[in-house]
Amino acid sequence: MSRRDCLAWGAGALALAGLATVPRWMHNDYYLSLLISVLMYSVLASAWALFSGPTRYVSLATVAFFGVGAYTTAVFGESLPWAAVLLIALGVGVAMALVVGLATLRLSGVYFVIFSFGLAELTKQLVTWWEVNITKDLGRYVFVDITAQDIYWQLLVLLALVLGLRAWIARTRLGLALRVIGEDETVAVHVGINTTRVKVLLFTLSAAFMTVAGAIMAPRWTYLDPTIAFAPAISFQTLIMALLGGAGTLFGPLLGAVPLVLLFEFLSANFPNHFAILVGLVFMVIVYAVPQGISGWLRRRKHHGGGK
Amino acid sequence: MNLLDILLAGSTLGGLYGLIAMGLTLQYGVARIMNLSYGEFLIAPAFLAYLGVTAWGLPPLLLLLLVLPLGFVVQWLVYQLLLTPLVRRTGAGPALEVDSILATFGLMFVVQGVMMVAFGGNYHSYSYLSTPVQVLGSTVAANRLLVLGVAIALGLGLYLLLTRTRMGTVVRAVSVAPRFAPLVGIDVRFTAALAFGLGGSMVAASGVLVSMFLPFSAAMGTMFAMKALIVVIMGGVGNLMGCLLAGMMLGFAETLVATFIDPGLTLAVNYALFLGVLLLRPTGLFGKGAR
Amino acid sequence: MKTASKRFWLRQVTAAAAIATLGPLALAQEAPKSVRIGWAIAKTGHNAGGTAATVMPNYQLWVKEINAAGGIMLKAYGKRVPIEVVEYDDRSSTEEAVRATERLMTQDKVDFVLPPWSTGSNLAVGPTYEKHKYPLLAATAVTDKAPELAKRWKHAFFFLGTGAGYAESLVSYLESAKKEGKIGNKIAMINIADGFGVELANATRKAAKQHGFELVYDKSYPIGTQDMTPLLTEIKSKNADVFIAYSYPPDTMLITEQSRINALNPKVMFTGVGTQFPMFKAKFGAATEGIMAPGGVDFDAPAIKDYFMRHKASAGYEPDRFASTIQYTTLQVLQQAIERVGRIDRAAVTQEIRTGTFDTIIGPVKLDNQMLTKLWYVGQWQNGEFYGIAPSNRAGAKPAIIPKPAWKN
Repeated sequence: MSRRDCLAWGAGALALAGLATVPRWMHNDYYLSLLISVLMYSVLASAWALFSGPTRYVSLATVAFFGVGAYTTAVFGESLPWAAVLLIALGVGVAMALVVGLATLRLSGVYFVIFSFGLAELTKQLVTWWEVNITKDLGRYVFVDITAQDIYWQLLVLLALVLGLRAWIARTRLGLALRVIGEDETVAVHVGINTTRVKVLLFTLSAAFMTVAGAIMAPRWTYLDPTIAFAPAISFQTLIMALLGGAGTLFGPLLGAVPLVLLFEFLSANFPNHFAILVGLVFMVIVYAVPQGISGWLRRRKHHGGGK
Repeated sequence: MNLLDILLAGSTLGGLYGLIAMGLTLQYGVARIMNLSYGEFLIAPAFLAYLGVTAWGLPPLLLLLLVLPLGFVVQWLVYQLLLTPLVRRTGAGPALEVDSILATFGLMFVVQGVMMVAFGGNYHSYSYLSTPVQVLGSTVAANRLLVLGVAIALGLGLYLLLTRTRMGTVVRAVSVAPRFAPLVGIDVRFTAALAFGLGGSMVAASGVLVSMFLPFSAAMGTMFAMKALIVVIMGGVGNLMGCLLAGMMLGFAETLVATFIDPGLTLAVNYALFLGVLLLRPTGLFGKGAR
Repeated sequence: MKTASKRFWLRQVTAAAAIATLGPLALAQEAPKSVRIGWAIAKTGHNAGGTAATVMPNYQLWVKEINAAGGIMLKAYGKRVPIEVVEYDDRSSTEEAVRATERLMTQDKVDFVLPPWSTGSNLAVGPTYEKHKYPLLAATAVTDKAPELAKRWKHAFFFLGTGAGYAESLVSYLESAKKEGKIGNKIAMINIADGFGVELANATRKAAKQHGFELVYDKSYPIGTQDMTPLLTEIKSKNADVFIAYSYPPDTMLITEQSRINALNPKVMFTGVGTQFPMFKAKFGAATEGIMAPGGVDFDAPAIKDYFMRHKASAGYEPDRFASTIQYTTLQVLQQAIERVGRIDRAAVTQEIRTGTFDTIIGPVKLDNQMLTKLWYVGQWQNGEFYGIAPSNRAGAKPAIIPKPAWKN
């Protein structure tokens, strides 16, 4: 690794350590709650960008995996040790993603977007049907003894993992393959890259993170049912944040998640009656003004301002 | 449930779905805009009809005729003001589709937000033509039968418009090959705006019709947009007749599943069918192209 | 004693006397400027309909009337203190509800928080209320877990009962009708695939077996179903005397409408949430006669009549006949508890809610293990009003109209 790389990893580790100490001195529940939200969306947006960034496939399936993870906690949370619950969530997410990925990565463009949305809805319907008819227990109570601090730390670890993974992949041959696929998939195929395998692998990794994030968050809500667990808003917000920040770069999704979570909070608190209108306007501004996201805008600024 | 009951239930439901989707297939097929705010522009005329009936005492059929030009104008404006910049930016290629999803997604929030502020989150409903009609021994609601009738009439009308008039041929040309249409002197943007507006009047009509028998609220738009999307993709984007047929298929599938398998799986069947079609025949069961 | 020390003691005594007389006056001057009440409810999203029908108008009516009278009487300061509201929209998301509630409690530091609509939302915010020791008066949550939750959350109070309560009350009432020969033993039941529907359906299955009923049709349907005809036609063919539908407002309307069109005329028709809403009465008018549903009101009681009038004047529409009266009752309980304690002391107020007896629009209310049991479990539309039917031994219970008059088309 070059010296710059070492410095980068070092800085990352320091930042991580610093963030980890936050719950120790922040005794305000509300701010901790806000940070948890920021972390959750950072994880989701980064996981989203893990797949959708390089492949340019816009996915609305985030909540399908998130919800499944939440349900895993609801079902197993009280009977199994926590580590086992997370592992099961991981396994289920991976299995689901493999099945879905292998079947569908032939679709492109708009069809994939719509398909991913349909997937989330189908999962919700199937889980509902299963709960109503087989287990006869639709609303699940999650009484796992986990404090907000624990949730914070777990999400922090998850974020570090996903960012680390993205950074590492970028340095490997896989990363190179991804860049080629992103630029021109036909070329990639001709150069001998097994595009399907790469896409499925990324989709699965992305889904794994989303599922575990859902499993970690579930204890916050005490009561879980399909409408709560599979709320489409989660998919949409993840999408907006990743796009705002720029899905192509490592920290892009964070640049999107942090300001947007804070913005939503601000709007929620100050304009409760007009939230939807304002969010819609913000979104439209993003689409029209910064189509490549903040990181893309920053990159262009650097090139223009760099005295070229 | 006997055969006739199933036929009636399936076809009225299917007619509803086909009607709802026809506007979207025009907007997506010709203008290449995936309009996620479509559902909101179905709910808005429903509210208008509700106001018209309860506050001003107007007959819904009159409102139905009124919203046709109104819906056209509104969506035409949406296209000109909001979507044309995207068209210009992306050159009407595949990036337009993704960008239009995002932009109309924002628009969806704005329109829904406005309706929330104006009408609140409450359910609204009024009764019109909810009288039973006896068809060969089976009963069906008059308003649902009306929906079926309008769906068929509009479908046929549009089909004739598209195949027998010059403007129709222009629209079909743009839908099939938007990049080459200018070569034969077609103003693609004008045509796309026209088709988008036409889609708007169709969705407005379906909104008024739906308000006659379904309780609706400001938050229900997304559900309708998703239904429409499913039907559009299944029928083949831009294919009007395919749209009607796919709607029928969906209506029958739901009715059959509700009767013989389990009503709890009706929506799951929706999405399963949809995903199945997407995987096996992404261009739709009846192929692409406005026919 | 030397003169200096005498003067010293004189000064001490004078000072003490001054403090003794001026003390209470000083305390009165420290009365809070306002009683801060917060709420995070669904103004948008899928819970907005229920919130607008049952929760919002009651909260607003309550605040309006209290402030019109000058405020809540805090006897520790000897004066009325107006209510100041801090409100948020939880966008029908449990995550948002939890966070907004935390914001109210830790940032805005309101004195009391009023809960959102629906079982899911109330349960989601339960831990937050418990952690910060705010009383939770849950008026729109129906859950069989209420007794267990009450043990876990010492600050939570459940006012709308359990699913088992409703099912048992309905089925045992039907059993007495069966014994009188008014109905047979067949029940056709459908339920919405949501917590409420599933819990009630489960409880009904058990109760049906215990009371000698046969479920000839037992299916659930997903949220967002737009056509009930296939189910209704099937049910019609089963010839059951009793038709139960645990439904939500949009499907309640649909089921009633389509039953009418398809001439489904069971002797007993019981639909779910929404039946008790003013919109139901507005849409179906005289055709509502005989339809049963959870809830009910003792409409002959003057307190109820007065409440209806005030609600209509304030919100522009009538309250619903299920949870609205209960919701308003919780507000009365809270107000009286605060007034009895005399100052803002959440622990004392919570204790008062737990143990006190309150004078409300539904009569005297005393909670039993943090739960309200004095509920109408079954109501029926009779002559344009939704009266309470069961429990039949409760004051104000009206005899049920069985069979339900056939639809006139």
